[in-house]
Amino acid sequence: MSDIISIVFIATGILFNLFGCIGLVRLPDVYNRLQSATKCVTLGTCSILLGVLIRFGLVSIGIKALVAIPLLFFSATVAAHALAKGAYRFGIKLGDGSIHDDYKDESPFNKTEE
Amino acid sequence: MQRFALFIISYIFWLLLTWSAEPGSIIAGLAVAGLTSVFFGRYFFQNAGKFIQPHRYYWLIIYLFIFTWECIKANFDVAYRVLHPRMPIKPGIVRVRLNLRSPFARTMLANSITMTPGTITVDIVGDNMYVHWIYIVSEDPVEYTREVSGRFENYIKKIFE
Repeated sequence: MSDIISIVFIATGILFNLFGCIGLVRLPDVYNRLQSATKCVTLGTCSILLGVLIRFGLVSIGIKALVAIPLLFFSATVAAHALAKGAYRFGIKLGDGSIHDDYKDESPFNKTEE
Repeated sequence: MQRFALFIISYIFWLLLTWSAEPGSIIAGLAVAGLTSVFFGRYFFQNAGKFIQPHRYYWLIIYLFIFTWECIKANFDVAYRVLHPRMPIKPGIVRVRLNLRSPFARTMLANSITMTPGTITVDIVGDNMYVHWIYIVSEDPVEYTREVSGRFENYIKKIFE
């Protein structure tokens, strides 16, 4: 029984990782690509780790998978934040379809350039 | 106090990661956790006494459930936008006002926003947070502040402040 549940979790995880990768190819600019890279890939990987935990139970490897989930969560979100800010600082503009940019006026990096 | 809390947390983390009862690894964990708390203690919470207030854990558990649900919703949302042939996106960066004071609560709010439907935190300047949003639903600041951070702000206030 636990085998079936773990396989379902791992398959869902791989599916979401695939969606994330499709998003990386299809979406127009760096910020939108970050969206798909953080959300789909993080939950996909968390789902794979949960599958590993269910498959092996509360032994050494399962606990390691469980501990990896919060680590992954924090590192993925902080990395996405740093990449978005870094891309903006580097001067990469929002894509063509973008309708709104509040950050343009108040970004400290733009102010120092002037 | 600050260093002691960090020591306890990093030691628990070490025990979970190694998951063995050998004396060698337990003593090595003490040394590593000690070094961590000596070097990085000053970057930790300002007042670590909040760790022993039980009602914060109660809210934390409720928050974890809400957060997991939002996270799953976020994934289906992004998957839908990615797989749709015409890609229904309307991206942009919006400004959201923050009501939280402590740096750690702000960090947690930013992380939560990054994991929820279509939003990534870009920067915090003063009391304003800049959020990249894949599908902006309205042009009204009040409306989108509620949409972006309203779901989590109250819970995070109860947990971390």
